[in-house]
This record gives sequence, C-alpha cells and structure tokens, in this order.
Amino acid sequence: MVQFTLPKNSKIKTGKTWPKPEGATNVRKFQIYRWSPDENENPRVDTYFVDMDKCGPMVLDALIKIKNEIDPTLTFRRSCREGICGSCAMNIDGINTLACIYGMDEIKGDVKIYPLPHMPVVKDLIPDLTHFYAQHASIMPWLETKTNRPAKEWKQSIEDRKKLDGLYECVMCASCSTSCPSYWWNGDRYLGPAALLHAYRWIIDSRDEATGERLDNLEDPFKLYRCHTIMNCAKTCPKGLNPAKAIAEIKRMMINRAV
Amino acid sequence: MRYLTARKRAEGKGAAHTGTEHHWYMTVSAVGLAFLIPAFVYIFGSALGGSYEEVIATFSRPVPAILTAMTLVLGMRHFAKGAQMMIEDYAQGTARKLAIMVVIGLSYVLIAVGLFALAKIAL
Repeated sequence: MVQFTLPKNSKIKTGKTWPKPEGATNVRKFQIYRWSPDENENPRVDTYFVDMDKCGPMVLDALIKIKNEIDPTLTFRRSCREGICGSCAMNIDGINTLACIYGMDEIKGDVKIYPLPHMPVVKDLIPDLTHFYAQHASIMPWLETKTNRPAKEWKQSIEDRKKLDGLYECVMCASCSTSCPSYWWNGDRYLGPAALLHAYRWIIDSRDEATGERLDNLEDPFKLYRCHTIMNCAKTCPKGLNPAKAIAEIKRMMINRAV
Repeated sequence: MRYLTARKRAEGKGAAHTGTEHHWYMTVSAVGLAFLIPAFVYIFGSALGGSYEEVIATFSRPVPAILTAMTLVLGMRHFAKGAQMMIEDYAQGTARKLAIMVVIGLSYVLIAVGLFALAKIAL
C-alpha cells in the first residue's frame, strides 16, 4: 500500500555525534541510520568521523573501521568483501548498492548510509529479507525436468549457454527490488525485479522443461505486470545487470504464446 | 497476527492467469493513438475558430467524423485501462474495486455522450 509519510514511530531523529579522531588531518563524516528493537525508540542518525588515511577505499572498509574502533554496536551484514555474496547491500548516498564495491571517492560530501528502502528493519542497516527470499523460492529457482535424467549430463549448446549471461550473475542483494516503487507499494504481491530476473533465467534455460508452467505461474496482474518499466532496477544494480529487460522479455513471451 | 509461513505469504493465492490481454491492449492502443491523436488534433485545429456552420460541416464529413469517433472510443478505453493500472498501484481493498468500477463506468459514459453528440452533428 502506498505511504506518503512515515509512521510516527519510524520518523528519524538526530542521534549521537561521536568525537573526531585525534590528530587526524584527512577526516570524513559518516551519517548512519541506527535503530534497535531493544530500545523502544524512534530510529536516529548517528554521526561518525573516520580518519581516511587509516581506512580502506570502500564504504564497507569504513563501516568495519567504525564498528571495530568507534562503536561496536553498529550492526550490518557483510561477508565476502568482493561483491559476490550480496550481504552488504544498503542505501549509500541515495543509491542502493553493495558497500564492499562502492568506493568512497564516488561520494561527494558526507557519506549517508541507510538500510535498503521500504523493508522492515531488523536492526540498524539490516533489512528483513524473509519475504524477498520466499518470493525468490516461489519462482522455482532450479532446473525442472520431466525427461529421465541422462546418464552423463544435461547438454547445452554454447549459444544457449550465452543466453544466461547477464542473468546468472545476480547475487540476490535486493538492491533492485528495494529501489522499485512498484515493489514498495505492492511488494506483498509483486515479485519484484530480482525474483523476475531469476524467473527469466530459468525460463530461457534450454535444459529446463517447465517453461509453460513457469509462465503460467507468472501470468498475474500483480506478480508480473506491476512492472511499469521505471528502470530503477537497472540503474541501481551493483552488478550492472538489467532486470527490466528480463521482465520485458517475459512479457514478450507471454504475448507470443497468447497472440 | 496470522501465523503464516513466509512461503505461503509469498505464493499468495497463486496466479490469476490474466494480465497479458491488458498489457497487449495497452501496447496496441498506444500505437493506434499515436496515429489517431495527431490526425484528430489536425482536424480539430482546422475547425477551430470557424463559424458554427463550418464546424458542423467539418464533422459531418465521413473521415473527420469516423476518425473522431475512433479517437474517442480508443482514447477512453485506453484511459480506463491505464487508470485501472494506476488505481491498482495506489489503492487497496474495497476502495480499489470501487475506484476501478467508477473509472470504467466513466469511460463508457464519456464514449456514449461523445458518440451521441457526434451522431447528432454528422447525421
């Protein structure tokens, strides 16, 4: 459901300002969203100062430095530190991206970090992605076959394999879905760009034998047709993928089998 | 609070198996209107500023009258389906259903009124 104002208990207040590091000459200001379910208070934005001469180049480096040296209560997900796991997706400088591959040199002025938009927050920069993952599971992200399993392997031509490029690279970080206004307003029913990109990845897999069932399951005014080609997903994807194109291809396939 | 699994919430009631016709109609009608609206604007513009008799004469001719009728019908149907999509985006529950009914009804009323006026002029 569309919401034009934040609920009363979600309005963000100004939080604590931590002291600047002593003796540092190259200092950068970080404004970071904080909220804890244990405190029964509104979310706040805390201000930190990081000595950039003693910090790595990526936003995640600064977050880890803040957690290790300034405020150990700051909470965020991270794992691989090279854009493969998708854990550290957050809203940095107004853009949904991965903190581990987003350089601080790309940001002008203060670094503002918030959790992914329009998702329930577990704590600080950690969104609740339960529904997002369940939507992904609902598109059956696996090879579905009816023919008996071959003795050796399911074969695929080089040309058919190439069709999966630009799709299989998705790391399910949720940056695209949480940048989509349609997903904000109708995320309970609209599958969102990430799940639909994965759906298309299995629909066009030459080895998959459930193409018809997959299209049947997607043919719905909300599951698929909430996409209005806004293109925020393609603009924000930290892996440079184009979920909007995948969705357009699914719509084209729907028309081709109906008309 | 209902105790539903995440998977049940995500799957909902399954797929409605509709939406493709709506999408196809909007695509085709948009292309049609891209041709019809400039033609209608040209006809309307050429009649604009003329005397009562000249305007009546313009819309009494078959091509302007038929073209105006087509623009009206297609435009209103396109409007209704587009507005339905917008309402589905922003409203929920009974408000959604009522608003969609109002918009569809309004489009048919405008079509009926427009065609009646056109018929009165042309015939």
